[in-house]
Amino acid sequence: MKIIVAIKQVPERDAQVHINSTGKWIEEGDLQWALNESDAYALEEALQLKEKHGGEVIVVSAGPERVGSTIREALAKGADRAIHIDCDDLGQLDALGVARLLSAAIAPESPDLTLTGLQSDDLGYGQTGVILAELLGLPHASLILHVEKTEAGIAVKRELEEGWFQTIELPLPAVLTIQSGGNKLRYATLMGIKKAKTKEIRRITSHELGSAAAPVVILDRVFAPQKQKSTQILGGSPKEAAAALVEKLKFEARVL
Amino acid sequence: MSGIWVVLEERNGRIGRMSWEALAAGHTLGEHLNLPVQAVLPGAQTDSLAAEAATKKVARVVRLEHASMATYTSDAFTLALEQFIRAERPDYMVFPHTYQVRDYAPALAARFGQVLIGDVTGIGAGPDLHPTDKDPSAGTPVFVRQLMQGRLSGEYRPSGGGICFVSVQSGAFRRDQTESVSATVETFTPKIEAAQIRTKPGQPFRGSAQTVDLGSAQFIVSVGRGIKEAENLPIVQELAAALGAELAASRPICDSGWLPIERQVGSSGQTVSPKLYLAVGISGAIQHLVGMKGSQCVVAINRDPDAPIFEIADYGIVGDLFEVVPALSEAVKAARQ
Repeated sequence: MKIIVAIKQVPERDAQVHINSTGKWIEEGDLQWALNESDAYALEEALQLKEKHGGEVIVVSAGPERVGSTIREALAKGADRAIHIDCDDLGQLDALGVARLLSAAIAPESPDLTLTGLQSDDLGYGQTGVILAELLGLPHASLILHVEKTEAGIAVKRELEEGWFQTIELPLPAVLTIQSGGNKLRYATLMGIKKAKTKEIRRITSHELGSAAAPVVILDRVFAPQKQKSTQILGGSPKEAAAALVEKLKFEARVL
Repeated sequence: MSGIWVVLEERNGRIGRMSWEALAAGHTLGEHLNLPVQAVLPGAQTDSLAAEAATKKVARVVRLEHASMATYTSDAFTLALEQFIRAERPDYMVFPHTYQVRDYAPALAARFGQVLIGDVTGIGAGPDLHPTDKDPSAGTPVFVRQLMQGRLSGEYRPSGGGICFVSVQSGAFRRDQTESVSATVETFTPKIEAAQIRTKPGQPFRGSAQTVDLGSAQFIVSVGRGIKEAENLPIVQELAAALGAELAASRPICDSGWLPIERQVGSSGQTVSPKLYLAVGISGAIQHLVGMKGSQCVVAINRDPDAPIFEIADYGIVGDLFEVVPALSEAVKAARQ
């Protein structure tokens, strides 16, 4: 099976974020970056499918030069090669613009299966995979926890709301968005990291993919969320704070 | 152009709660823009649902009905709504941000060269608030949604014209209880051929036997990523025991297999509304908050003062949970003696 995994580099989870001077995005200068969490699960699912059925796993990622470190991490975990869509203006694109870039890079590869994470931890649109399927003219399923190869294609376990699931059968080629938690993630081994250095990373610029359309949705302003409740922060030592909290819960909130 | 259309979604034979909230969001938009608000109901048998919808504040109800939509597939729903939209030419399409909508609405919008503004928590007046502003987008509303797992909010504006697709976050808008005179109900029959549906969905099933009913718990101690290791769970278990509380968790804890999935609170887990919800080391991503924001009293313990959980907490302790939680267990035990 030839599998493409679209991955995204996002600010590290615990990163302190500050709004930049344009007021439209965050300061990126001193951020630490990481592989988006559900994309890590998409990669893991792809690697396990390859281990079971053979084939090739190709990662594709769009972004500036720094994205290279996340691509190398994926190669170290076991992806065979990579496509880096080099673009500095990812933030100016909307979900359709990003999906167009990815689709232009993926289509010539004609993969059997294209996987993405369910959603990114930074913008959280949760749309790239679904739009990608539409642009590639392929069937898709979203929120997938497990993929099983069948005679006719694949059977996937889809998460529904409130603890329910369903199985969906799809023909190949297809596009899936992968939910976190379906597998245990692997770490890159020393051998893997060494091998990754010899693996192919093909760079294409977004201009070469020729799909720069004006965005139809614009992120105009970024701001600190408004508090929905006025939170009483209880200070002091852990012991003092704990005692104060118990008092509050007993006599003010009256829930104890 | 035909104003605002709200897509209502069937849930266990009724119209789901989130659909009514989407209708309320539709009315917020309608008031800003002075546009009529209408409802469209995709499905295979929508007569009773349409009758229910027609008693609400809507100008028209359209049953978007086809036998092939008895079970949800992205292909059938996208095709049906595409045809409906081409016929009705709406200005705005408003959806509840359900798992189902997340599965097809982005593709549907892309079919019109548009992008869904998803998971919207607020709708505001756009640049038209400033009458001197010669912005061509004057009159366009702005849509607020969360970024960076709830640490930031972003204001989005459609640009370039065309139909605007919006989906509305669970609980962000209050459903309007007012009933009105019966709206007209019409039926729109899309053309869908069996071969156009490429996926075969199975019947929904439960993941595991549900032995814990968090929904009826009065006290919940919930643990998140801040606990770092499964070996550290006993400190929150002790606090739960001291309070007589059920232990719950955010998604990453269950994903890692540290607690069973039936203890997961959030959009993919259980929805809870206890008297006391004590969130330990949970940052408060939206997927978690939608499952617990109905709690009567929320307490958050987190080392990050900017964690979004503090936005909805009544009481907060900013500090190291490994010091605070044991101290709290002791304080609770002392108070209960």
